[in-house]
Amino acid sequence: MLEIRNVTKIFNPGTVNEKLALDHFSLTLEDGEFVTVIGGNGAGKSTMMNAIAGVWPVDTGQILIDGVDVTRLSEHKRAKFLGRVFQDPMTGTAAEMEIEENLALARRRGHRRSLRPGITKKERETFKELLKILGLGLEDRLTTKVGLLSGGQRQALTLLMATLQKPRLLLLDEHTAALDPKTAAKVLETTELIVNREKLTTLMITHNMKDAIAHGNRLIMLMDGKIILDIKGEEKQKLTVEDLLHKFEEASGEEFASDKAILG
Amino acid sequence: MNVLNLINAMPGALAQGLIWGIAAIGIYITYRLLDFADLTVDGSLCTGGAVCIMMMLSGHNVAVSMLAATLAGMLTGFATGVLHTFMGIPPILSGILTQIALWSVNLMIMGKANQAINVDKYSLLVSLRYIKGVPFYRNTILVVAVGILLLIVILYWFFGTELGSALRATGCNGNMARAQGINTNLFKVLGLMISNGLVGLSGAMLAQYQGFADINMGRGAIVIGLAAVIIGEVVFGNIFHNFGFKLFGVALGSIFYYLVMQVVLWMGVKPDYLKLISAVIVAILLAVPYWKEKLLPQTYKKKGGNSNA
Repeated sequence: MLEIRNVTKIFNPGTVNEKLALDHFSLTLEDGEFVTVIGGNGAGKSTMMNAIAGVWPVDTGQILIDGVDVTRLSEHKRAKFLGRVFQDPMTGTAAEMEIEENLALARRRGHRRSLRPGITKKERETFKELLKILGLGLEDRLTTKVGLLSGGQRQALTLLMATLQKPRLLLLDEHTAALDPKTAAKVLETTELIVNREKLTTLMITHNMKDAIAHGNRLIMLMDGKIILDIKGEEKQKLTVEDLLHKFEEASGEEFASDKAILG
Repeated sequence: MNVLNLINAMPGALAQGLIWGIAAIGIYITYRLLDFADLTVDGSLCTGGAVCIMMMLSGHNVAVSMLAATLAGMLTGFATGVLHTFMGIPPILSGILTQIALWSVNLMIMGKANQAINVDKYSLLVSLRYIKGVPFYRNTILVVAVGILLLIVILYWFFGTELGSALRATGCNGNMARAQGINTNLFKVLGLMISNGLVGLSGAMLAQYQGFADINMGRGAIVIGLAAVIIGEVVFGNIFHNFGFKLFGVALGSIFYYLVMQVVLWMGVKPDYLKLISAVIVAILLAVPYWKEKLLPQTYKKKGGNSNA
């Protein structure tokens, strides 16, 4: 359903800061796959996400969603295929707007916006029910400004917004990295719940190897803008952190340096 | 210092404050909702006045002329929007470029720097002559007040629609808006058009009120508008939380500004110094939130969203 064909992206070409972020990168996702993505800093994880989302144009290659070539589509036009949750809790929601207004905006993703009411009574009821599932008490605070919520609450809300209109592909860009461990676990639990219920095709970046192993049915590891490891099926189920470290050393010829990635 | 003089001058100040209130609401839309300090308004206010006066002088009725002035204002906003979104020019510079271009355009519209209109020969909607001694329904203060309330109702409705919500989201957090499928460039242009349309309408009324359109009539409009927006928020911010009432607060801020200016004049300050006083007041009002943040960092609530929209 997602096909990335030979995509290359170079940042700041021709300067001292030139960075080859994606190097002839290819990846194909099947319907219903939940892929966890790991890799060190600068491996190209977020670049891959932004290339799919269309934050900027890629240098070469093609990106297809459901067979539709979206390579030249602008960010807002691709949005109808994608649900996105970002690392920074501030990025995914409009702080000065109310919880219900944020949800109503998300419910209209992929639809033409007109002079109809921005939110209807019926939607309010729906939102209440959906917010109950998060278990954060937000269902009683529909008209609270999102800026007053905690980071974890905002991420949970963003997750709900990203899946309100069932996306063809859910992009989670280290969406628990900025949260404390307890909140992160809670948001991850909610993620698992929604992804399983809606059977969403998902790409989830994480810096935590345990999470990468515990969640999803496929795992890819990136280095220097390339996939160096791709594990799925039974092999993925049996995977341990030690295996992963060993495989990393095999694939890259280096030792995995980040303690955070092991212990995180 | 005769108190009677001050009292006599108040209705005029009130009328002017109301007329500027329309421009201030326009400036609120760009400055607060879109986070875009739009300097176009210094030119588009005059464009509105010039179009309205020239249309009336050539025989069109007042309603058609004011509609044309509003549309002309929207066109100036469109120009700034295109400079910013299509040509990638930063907000302030986009506004300045349109503003400087409008200087020539406004002269072209008027043919000279000043065009007067005779209140006895043309049927104007508002005029400083319609403050006293006219039937109450012709009174400029009432006419403009009703007009502003009507505008606030329309804007309140619009910003509650799908399009209006998308526009607010664009200004609040561009990344989020695009992720939800909103074409942020389109909505920035739309916001600038609505804003400058209101400023053009305000200019049309101001030109009628003072009996002439003048090439300099918009000079400093952004400062007066910002003063109204911020005074409205500082004075009425704790009372008004609803969006419609916030717009109402901006209109009240504009009236408040003109009444204060009237008092300053009455105290014997030279009119030449008014712009200096305005600038100082606005500078201080703009600094208050910054000082608050610096001195009380722990109580300051972090504003969300990236502003690189």
